[in-house]
Amino acid sequence: MSAHHSHAHVADHQHANHGSLKSYIVGFALSIILTFMSFGCVMSGAVPHDLVMPGIMVLCVAQVLVQLVFFLHLSAKPGQRDNLSIGVFTVLIIAIVVVGSLWVMHNMNVYMMHPATQSMSSSIG
Amino acid sequence: MFGKLSLSAIPYNEPIIMGTLLMVCLAGAALLGWVTYQRKWGYLWTEWFTSVDHKRIGVMYVIMALVMLLRGFADAIMMRAQQAIAASDAAGYLPPHHYDQIFSAHGVIMIFFVAMPFVVGLMNLVVPLQIGARDVAYPFLNSLSYWLTASGVVLVMLSMFVGDFAATGWLAYPPLSELKFSPTVGVDYYIWALQLSGLGTTLSGINFVVTILRMRAPGMTLMKMPVFTWTALVTNILIVAAFPVLTVALALLAADRYLDMHFFTNELGGNAMLYINLIWIWGHPEVYILILPCFGVFSEIVSTFSGKPLFGYKSMVYATAGIGVLSFVVWLHHFFTMGSGADVNAFFGISTMIISIPTGVKLFNWLFTMYRGRIRFTVPMLWTVGFMVTFTIGGMTGVLMAVPGADFVLHNSLFLIAHFHNVIIGGVIFGCMAAINYWFPKAFGFKLEERFGRYSFWCWLVGFYMAFMPLYVLGLMGMTRRMNHYANPAWQPYLIVAAVGAGIIALGIGFTILQIAVSIRNRAENRDLTGDPWGGRTLEWSTSSPAPFYNFAVVPQIEELDQFQADKEHKRAYKLQSQYADIHMPRNTGVGVFMAAFGTVLGFAMVWHIWWLAIFGLVGMVSSFISRAYDTDVDYYVPGAEVLKTERARLVPLQKLVDHVDPASAGQKVA
Repeated sequence: MSAHHSHAHVADHQHANHGSLKSYIVGFALSIILTFMSFGCVMSGAVPHDLVMPGIMVLCVAQVLVQLVFFLHLSAKPGQRDNLSIGVFTVLIIAIVVVGSLWVMHNMNVYMMHPATQSMSSSIG
Repeated sequence: MFGKLSLSAIPYNEPIIMGTLLMVCLAGAALLGWVTYQRKWGYLWTEWFTSVDHKRIGVMYVIMALVMLLRGFADAIMMRAQQAIAASDAAGYLPPHHYDQIFSAHGVIMIFFVAMPFVVGLMNLVVPLQIGARDVAYPFLNSLSYWLTASGVVLVMLSMFVGDFAATGWLAYPPLSELKFSPTVGVDYYIWALQLSGLGTTLSGINFVVTILRMRAPGMTLMKMPVFTWTALVTNILIVAAFPVLTVALALLAADRYLDMHFFTNELGGNAMLYINLIWIWGHPEVYILILPCFGVFSEIVSTFSGKPLFGYKSMVYATAGIGVLSFVVWLHHFFTMGSGADVNAFFGISTMIISIPTGVKLFNWLFTMYRGRIRFTVPMLWTVGFMVTFTIGGMTGVLMAVPGADFVLHNSLFLIAHFHNVIIGGVIFGCMAAINYWFPKAFGFKLEERFGRYSFWCWLVGFYMAFMPLYVLGLMGMTRRMNHYANPAWQPYLIVAAVGAGIIALGIGFTILQIAVSIRNRAENRDLTGDPWGGRTLEWSTSSPAPFYNFAVVPQIEELDQFQADKEHKRAYKLQSQYADIHMPRNTGVGVFMAAFGTVLGFAMVWHIWWLAIFGLVGMVSSFISRAYDTDVDYYVPGAEVLKTERARLVPLQKLVDHVDPASAGQKVA
């Protein structure tokens, strides 16, 4: 549907950066391992209760990174610089939105909520 | 069968609304009748509604914006009239519930259905031409984006006559917008209109990011990109990053209203502050989404009409990118008074003030571009100078309110209203008016005539100051926003002046319409035969006016920032080749229209809880899309011989003209 057939070809060549069978297998194995670890974190009972949530978060981020690198071929190679910089920008914006919101909402809860309801609503911040 | 919808949804007992309905019906019938009489339906359908040509879609966006400007302005003048008379014992002519709907609709319409279509339309019209592309990356998606925006327009306009509109203010803060406090369908119209048009905007954003990053002419590195395209790139990245947040916030509000959830309610663990936090995470980048393309417009205009390259191109690019990132770390300044601690408020106050630095860089760049230039005070240049003065005042009042302590006094006062109208009218509206005057010949092949353009500018400028400077004073006197009635008689004189100011702006809008009408009538005199009526510097001026549907017969090779200017100076411009390659182009499609029509049905049915109709709308949308996905006949080739014919018809007479004049200023002299 692109009006620019010739352009699209140029772009394809620059970004024809598909992984090898080995990298796909490594990525697949890592994904499976991380998935099992996430489930294990919750279901095995071996992890202390307080560490379950942070544990899942860390494993989740690791999963995202593995998939970006091994399946979407994000890397610092010259042909991938555009994608990488956009990826970094995306991470920055998500960080600003998530961390900023948590900070703002927690702060509001501390200052605005009546002490009696504090314990109930603090779960949001 | 019809959910909450019954005949009582039509407000029979409101004479103002019924009068408007009558006028809309008469004017609509007259328009439809005229089109039918002229037998133009086929033409409109094949050449415009189903078009995937970015220039036509851009023109349709701008027409939509102008039409909705009339609606939004009608709301404005009603509010100004109400406040001019509703002092002390006088109640005015608008009942409170109606007044509340009017100020909500005014804000929603002006931002989502005037300013957004304006800037998206300009980007559509100009960006592919500036980067030497033949269309956007996804032409069908572009058509779909436009028609989804039109769906939103239909729902907002319909809400006036069937049911009511949100009476919550333009951002529909909960808990007021929750079912308990807004039990009518007003907020539902708001939600579905914005979800449909927001989907269109997000798709546009993706489309333009891909277009700008992937479809630039060979040799055009990022730092050789025209400034308007740069601002468009940053704007569309902001759209892609920010609009999903709006979608989520509205979806959660919809879940509260439809599914009995409690994300933002007062009870059961809900937290209304979270909505306000989310909506402004979208809302602040949104104002930069509106203003950045206008900064780009002014940059192009200043450089062209000063006859100089833009001063500080690189600093302009970095300032644009800097504003883009900073716009994501200031959102809390919209709710300093909601109760954060001093640390949070100080952080967001300072980050807000920092944004004025790159903005200041831009202003000085424009001034230095003008310095020692040979300035031509055409209509676009008038708007630009008007902008530079007005926007600076608005920016300074903004920095004032970025001080949290000062904001505690000024929050939700008319000072705030004056501030953001100061930057949005002085920045976005002036920018769009400048852009219309500047790029009109590129879209239609003839220039807008100057006289009424000047009248329009002066009316807008004077009217703006008369309408909004009194509001600064009123804000300092303690008048809050959104008041249907007030008891303090000392405010009234200021509000009467403001109403007169709004009347002068109305004249300005009238002159713009007159300007367009007169220019169409006298188009033979104002023809632009060169394609370069102003002595432009960027690629869009190297094409004919109006640009051929394929934009460029040969994809240009870029070596410099102001490529076309260099081509003119070295007499490389306007070269006719002996033959041309076939050109690959996308075919028109009506699927975007159908999907948006089903989307409108879906939205309307959801508003009124007509579930079977909602399912019908959704299924219609999805199946239209699937049918499109299986359509393989989506493109075609323009034969090289046809291209040669078109190019020869333009270039042979043009070369004779150009050979006789100084090549550097060929365009302006010939024109």
